[in-house]
Amino acid sequence: MTPKQRLGRIAAYAAMILVAVVILAPLGWIVVMSVSPTVDLTTVPLPWIPSALDFDRYERLLTLAHNSDGEVFLYALRNTCFVAAGTTVIAFLLAIPAAWVFSRARHVKWLLYLIVGTYMLPPLMFVVPLYRILSSFSLLNSPWALMVADSTIVLPFTTWFLKSGFDNIPIEIEEAGAIDGAKLWKILLAITLPLAKPLIGTTLLFSALIVWDEFLYAILFTSDSRAQTLTVVIANLASGRVSDFGLLAAAGVVAAVPPVLVGLLLQRSIVSGLTSGGVKG
Amino acid sequence: MESRGRLLLLLPLVVVLLAVIGWPLLDTFWLSFTDARLGGQTGTFVWFDNYLHAFRAPAFRRALFVTVVFTVCTVAAEMLIGLGVGLLLNMDLKGQKFMRGLLIVPWALPTVVNAMCWRVIYNPDFGALDAFLQQTGLIGTYQSWLGDPDTALIAIGVADVWKTFTLVAMITLAGLQAVPQELREAAAIDGAGPFKRFCVVTLPVILPPLTIACVLRTIEAFKVFDIIWVMTRGGPLDSTKSLSILVYQEAFSFRHAGYGASLAMLSVAITMLLIGAYSRAVRMQGVPR
Repeated sequence: MTPKQRLGRIAAYAAMILVAVVILAPLGWIVVMSVSPTVDLTTVPLPWIPSALDFDRYERLLTLAHNSDGEVFLYALRNTCFVAAGTTVIAFLLAIPAAWVFSRARHVKWLLYLIVGTYMLPPLMFVVPLYRILSSFSLLNSPWALMVADSTIVLPFTTWFLKSGFDNIPIEIEEAGAIDGAKLWKILLAITLPLAKPLIGTTLLFSALIVWDEFLYAILFTSDSRAQTLTVVIANLASGRVSDFGLLAAAGVVAAVPPVLVGLLLQRSIVSGLTSGGVKG
Repeated sequence: MESRGRLLLLLPLVVVLLAVIGWPLLDTFWLSFTDARLGGQTGTFVWFDNYLHAFRAPAFRRALFVTVVFTVCTVAAEMLIGLGVGLLLNMDLKGQKFMRGLLIVPWALPTVVNAMCWRVIYNPDFGALDAFLQQTGLIGTYQSWLGDPDTALIAIGVADVWKTFTLVAMITLAGLQAVPQELREAAAIDGAGPFKRFCVVTLPVILPPLTIACVLRTIEAFKVFDIIWVMTRGGPLDSTKSLSILVYQEAFSFRHAGYGASLAMLSVAITMLLIGAYSRAVRMQGVPR
């Protein structure tokens, strides 16, 4: 190695460490805050290293006591999981057959483009009518209504993601079934879906991530613990008069762990999922 | 494939999408020509009053300006940083595998959680940023980053870029897998310097996915709502009030459903132009399958 190359490598390592620090510092600090005594966090100058470890907030957030932070938080956790599960089920029942047709029949491509196009529209486009519809059916503040609203985001996404996945399953395998005279939905159920298991798993996780993140519909269509989701509770905590920053930090950590784990699980498909094929048709 | 069976498989999705997307879109379009109020009566038809009002109102121009500044600056920053980090992590360095995993974390962090964390870090009384800057001697007294109209949008932009540059880096890394190694070596033998090698061999391969990423990120950034809502709610002095925040406030805080709808229509018109740019970018890729 020439001295110049050596210098280059040292610079590269330095840059890499800088990137790591930039990513890790805010995350690490939030974790430290969540276990620091409140006194430490409101001391100027900030001592950085906690004088004691305090896991009290996690306990408070995760125990169900009447009228406590834990009650609000745990109900929100439940609602988020419930809405995520429900929306995903709706999306799958509707999007799998449609995406399959989009993948196999080329002349309905325009419809696919139309659906993908709606995915890029701001949700604010649907929000006023949705609000009026939901309130006229007295469906505001219900997790069921939130599932319907979230479908406006999740359905277009799952449709094009599944479509581009189905594209990779060779049509010849299905043609063998078609010769036997099997019905279309039988071919889909018996031949294509078993082959598409990894694809379906990936789509499922992406859909759940989208719902876990969703904020606008949740803040507009819910008002108390019957339907409020985690994002709403955290936003309320952030703008409220919480004097304990550690509690905010702990809530953030708990809300962030599941999606981060899912993200690490999805590592391989994130890029293909968000940029590749699908939109190319 | 038999076409009736196909139709049956498509129909459920199409019906539901017409109900939850198609109808609300039409309704928003209709509402934008009325003076309807939220929770009140349907309102009367007022022709283009709402639109004329929007163009005359300084609030709309201001929100458009805030949105454009936010979009241009954050997308430019995250593209540049993301590209740089992607290229860096493509080098043969120890620990690059760990770094690739680390990139996932900000990406997967819910936007609202990210906003809340940064809000705590920016806190003017006890925030970590002020503490760090003061203890290292970079600032004399604590600043209110989100409370000052001059710095609030920048502070939000930093928080946003911190989360989103990771996606660009991941896309760059994935694109770099497609760069033919032999071509790079051949270019090196031909005496091309590192910069020339990058421009001639690497850039053409990673440019298409980056273009798509750039347009998609632009569309997303233009819709920005969550992060601003949690960090400042559009304040101070409307210095961070984006189009989405403006629509939200008009339609839901002031219950002007008709006017809110017309603002939403205007921001969609702009989004449509961006989507047009997107499909152009996709077609320019020219990879028909």
